[in-house]
Amino acid sequence: MDGERRGPGFWILAVFFTIFVLFLYGPLSTIFILSFQGPEGGLTFPMNGVSFRWFVNLFETQAVGDFGGAFSRSLVLGLMVMGATVVVSLLAGLAFRRPFFGSTPLFYTAIASLIVPSILVSLGIGLLFQVIGIRSAWYSSGFGAHLTWALPFGLLIMFAVFNRFNPSYEEAARDLGATPWQTFSHVVLPLILPSLIGVGLFGFTLSYDEFARTLMTSGSFNTLPLEIYGMTTNVTTPVLYALGTVTTGFSLLIIVLALGGIYLSQRSRRRAG
Amino acid sequence: MAEITADNAIAEPVPVAKRRIRFDSAASYLQALPLAIILGVFLVLPIATIVMVSFWDYDSIRIIPDFITLNYEETLFSWITWKTYLNTLKYTVIVWTLTMAIGFWVAYFLAFHIRTTTMQMVLFLICTVPFLTSNIIRMISWIPFLGRNGLINSTLIQVGVIDAPLEFLLFSDFAVVLAMVHLYTLFMVVPVFNTMMRIDRSLIEAARDAGANAFQILTNVIIPLSKPGLAIGTIFVVTLTMGDFITVRFMSGGQSASVGLMIANQISLLQYPAAAANAVVLLVVVLLMVAGILRVVNIRKEL
Repeated sequence: MDGERRGPGFWILAVFFTIFVLFLYGPLSTIFILSFQGPEGGLTFPMNGVSFRWFVNLFETQAVGDFGGAFSRSLVLGLMVMGATVVVSLLAGLAFRRPFFGSTPLFYTAIASLIVPSILVSLGIGLLFQVIGIRSAWYSSGFGAHLTWALPFGLLIMFAVFNRFNPSYEEAARDLGATPWQTFSHVVLPLILPSLIGVGLFGFTLSYDEFARTLMTSGSFNTLPLEIYGMTTNVTTPVLYALGTVTTGFSLLIIVLALGGIYLSQRSRRRAG
Repeated sequence: MAEITADNAIAEPVPVAKRRIRFDSAASYLQALPLAIILGVFLVLPIATIVMVSFWDYDSIRIIPDFITLNYEETLFSWITWKTYLNTLKYTVIVWTLTMAIGFWVAYFLAFHIRTTTMQMVLFLICTVPFLTSNIIRMISWIPFLGRNGLINSTLIQVGVIDAPLEFLLFSDFAVVLAMVHLYTLFMVVPVFNTMMRIDRSLIEAARDAGANAFQILTNVIIPLSKPGLAIGTIFVVTLTMGDFITVRFMSGGQSASVGLMIANQISLLQYPAAAANAVVLLVVVLLMVAGILRVVNIRKEL
């Protein structure tokens, strides 16, 4: 197709794609604009002046809930899930490069983890903790629940990475007398580092936004999505939109940081090699 | 012809697992152990617990270890369950059709019409960014559009198309389907795009040289070779829609039911054994659907 003139098919699909992107971003940009609603403004247009009233409102101690606490819990939990996803997916990805007894059932269990409806995972972990008499908490049962969602994605990414990985680099390292650990740390790890950052990013955002799997597993303290859900049922001011803007902005910040990390690691690799 | 080319196009270079790597074999087990433990404790055990508790008894304050089949009888012989399943299936079929129709063309555009990898990645990232925002935030964001005084209603009234605001926009089946398409289309785009990127471009050249027009290339080459991606996307969309409760609760304003919502309601009423029996039924239905999809399309080459 390269080098040809763009046919009508391209333009029709380009318009279709643009509409799709507008469909994805339209509602989000609306709440972004409306979060700057004036003090007297409501949940819909028109804008009644412009202010930071609702952002201030969000960070004030208020009757509706504990935004700061929920945010810091979600942040810590997201970081925990991020770290665990990177380490566990990397190890499992390495393991799956060789056939081992039980690899097929383990693989299907990981896939099942994606297919089992979230509410079931939530219910199951909640019940399990109740039956064995351990209190649910966001850092124990909630952490595990989030891992059942983040790890399979991490594992699939690692599969894709190792599928494309050229093992002759490792062979070269071994021929030069590197130990398995040296081969891993000096050859394999630097090559897959950008993908690992991607896995971590995935783990973080999956956890940061997870609602269904947190429902029965977070214990007595809310995570951010639960807090947001609580607010949707009893808050009728644009403070809800301010919350949406702040959390979305934070997600974007994390992505930009991660992409920056990938860019830097690739640049340093190019410079080194 | 499609069958033969499918095998050639998707075949992996060399299955990684078959390459010989000189590590001691205990390493594989140690490396796989954390994943196995986590999935065992937080997936397998909890599902076993659900199955166990689904046979337990309960009263208004606690659950009582027992072996009764009442929970299943109440689930399976209630017309509400059947009605709810029917409604959930309705959502699933509509959302699946829409996400596939949209997702296929978005992936097709990115894979076959965008010429540089950089541009592909940029456009792809543009599609992924909203996915990284909380589902609930994305649902809330429909309020200013669909609400009684929302953008759509006020625009239509100003233009003079309607006199009174349309009530069906928000808190309706329409809103539920719209939000689900908004939330889940990406789960279709990613696998389909991934499969399309692996299609050997020389096959398309060959088809063109053999005299196929664009439509024939699409139906005889691209669609058959995209089937594994479409199947994976379908599995995602179907399982997400079947288990969804938050979109249904929020966007229907509590006016519609889904199986997931029924389970969530039983949980909030602390009727855990009833919720568990319901959950087992849902799990069986979802697994049967996935098995059905896998019978139609072989996705193993994709993994």
